[in-house]
Amino acid sequence: MLEILLDATVRAGTPILFATLGAIINERAGIINLGIEGLMLIGALAGFAGTQASGSLLVGVLAAFAAAMIAGSIHAFITVQLRGNQIVSGLALTMFGIGITALFGRGMVGLTIKGFERVAIPGLSQLPIIGKPFFNQDLLIYFSFLLVFGIAFFFARTRWGLALRTVGENPAAADTCGVPVLLFRFLAVTIGSGIVGIGGAYLSLATTPMWIENMTAGRGWIAVALVIFASWSSYRALAGAYLFGGITAMQLRFQAMGTTMSVHMLQMLPYFFTILVLVISTIRLQKGASQQPEGLGQAYDREDRK
Amino acid sequence: MKLITEKRELSSQLFRFIAPIISVLVALFVAGFLLQAAGVNPAQAYFEILQEALGSTYGLSETLVKTTPLIFASLGVSLAFRMQIWNIGAEGQIYMGACGASGVALFSGIESHPVMITAMFLAAFLCGGLWAGVAGILRARWRVNEVIVTLLMNYIAILGVDYLIYGPWKDPKGYNFPLTAQFSDAARLTEYFDTRFHSGFFLALFCALVLYLFMERTVWGYEIKVIGSNPKAARYAGMRTGLAIFAVLFLSGAIAGIAGFGEVAGLQHRLQHGISPGYGYTAIIIAWLAKRSALGVVIVSFLMGVLLVGGDSLQLTWQLPVAFVYAFQGLILFFLLASDFFIHNRLKLVKGDHHA
Repeated sequence: MLEILLDATVRAGTPILFATLGAIINERAGIINLGIEGLMLIGALAGFAGTQASGSLLVGVLAAFAAAMIAGSIHAFITVQLRGNQIVSGLALTMFGIGITALFGRGMVGLTIKGFERVAIPGLSQLPIIGKPFFNQDLLIYFSFLLVFGIAFFFARTRWGLALRTVGENPAAADTCGVPVLLFRFLAVTIGSGIVGIGGAYLSLATTPMWIENMTAGRGWIAVALVIFASWSSYRALAGAYLFGGITAMQLRFQAMGTTMSVHMLQMLPYFFTILVLVISTIRLQKGASQQPEGLGQAYDREDRK
Repeated sequence: MKLITEKRELSSQLFRFIAPIISVLVALFVAGFLLQAAGVNPAQAYFEILQEALGSTYGLSETLVKTTPLIFASLGVSLAFRMQIWNIGAEGQIYMGACGASGVALFSGIESHPVMITAMFLAAFLCGGLWAGVAGILRARWRVNEVIVTLLMNYIAILGVDYLIYGPWKDPKGYNFPLTAQFSDAARLTEYFDTRFHSGFFLALFCALVLYLFMERTVWGYEIKVIGSNPKAARYAGMRTGLAIFAVLFLSGAIAGIAGFGEVAGLQHRLQHGISPGYGYTAIIIAWLAKRSALGVVIVSFLMGVLLVGGDSLQLTWQLPVAFVYAFQGLILFFLLASDFFIHNRLKLVKGDHHA
């Protein structure tokens, strides 16, 4: 029972995990990206279409990454180069994503593909309780583990990671040190967006191997909130994503068991908990030292440097 | 020769005015390519949009029907914008307003038309306001990000209405369809010309006027503008920013809630799924395009009404998904943000290696 629930938790949490990681990379560079929901949809459609056309799941994932990256570059150009309003640009990206995937997804509705299958890791998957949920999963889930460690390592231990953090904290200082601020921000937004796209692709390639219009159903917004819960750390993003995976899994379990509780009430739970968690983590952030990048939300213009 | 950008000494008033127009035109142009790629002839599609929405009395009445909730919701959103508060939750506030008005219509038993309509209006106002007020309290008290809270509450509001119409409020004689019973005649707004055009539209215009006077002629409106443009100065001047944040979000949601009242009292005459097909999201674009002007909100709402009515008809003739309108709206916003850049900057051709 616990094993099954944990397994469902990991599977429901993974798309949110990718999206949260991508959003963290954006915000670490100082750019708020509210286009996560739209990017996930673009990733979901591109991933499905890529796999459908080529027959290869790898091609699908790459297509998802590339498509979301291209879409993200619009946000990057507007907010980084043109110093446009980050909130409005992100909302525009979400709307654009919802609309464009509805338009180009028309032909994909009803088609099927062979989605990701489970690959057991020898040895580890035999562990009691955690073995099956964590080590008898599909390749994208293993990739998400690697990404969590990779991103944490990148920000904490590499020169470029440190430079990128400075770009988000104090772009003027980074500029003085010779870090190309605009280029770093542009790359962070586009690559982060690409990772968000993979989260979307998980939905259309693994969760339910098909394309459904608006299939993300608010997961992108949950990810935006989780960035604050995770205080911009990829390990905590993992915890946050699985917390929501867990709530979703339990909610589905309740539905399957046929409780007397209304389906609609159960479906509210993830959104409700996201708000709750957001409130708690915001209060917590204000009490301790804030982890929020100092320059978050502010465009950088060399001419304004003091 | 090299093309560089340079800051203008004075922001361009001309560009401030024409930027929205340019961005809509460019968005139409780019959306044309998207339509082409999706196998739709863009020229034909645009012509059809205009003809459907404006070419007949019926079309025009439908456009005004859609303009009505857009005006309310956009007025609400733009009020919050004035204070640099982001109310992305107009969609949910419309649902809550509709819910409040329906509750009164179904269960109050009031028989007098004016009393009933007033009670429904107030219920919608209050429900929408309280719904947004939650985000207001969280933001004012703990600085919780209101963008995320208002947005997530949209999902909760829509599911909440679903809960009611699939559950306790379901019409027992409705053949199990997820909708409430029809309202009594006392709970209906007047309709004109044998169309669905109803008096909610005039209420919306009135509301725009009131909001304009509120912002430009009262101390509260002035405070909102000061807090929005310079919160530090506002605090020094003794303005209570926390209270103002709550009040503005409440009012913003309350006005969006009236849109819900208009939809159930003027149009649907019952509460059902899909009361708003995304008016609350379109309102964000309208508010941004209208550049804080109440008159601008009315004009842009009408244009978006044209687009929505036209979009509905494209759905029938070309099997285009309704959500395509969102792609177009996103494009408008992108180009608007890009052209805003030229309000403060200009392009310049320089010779040789010039570093700005």
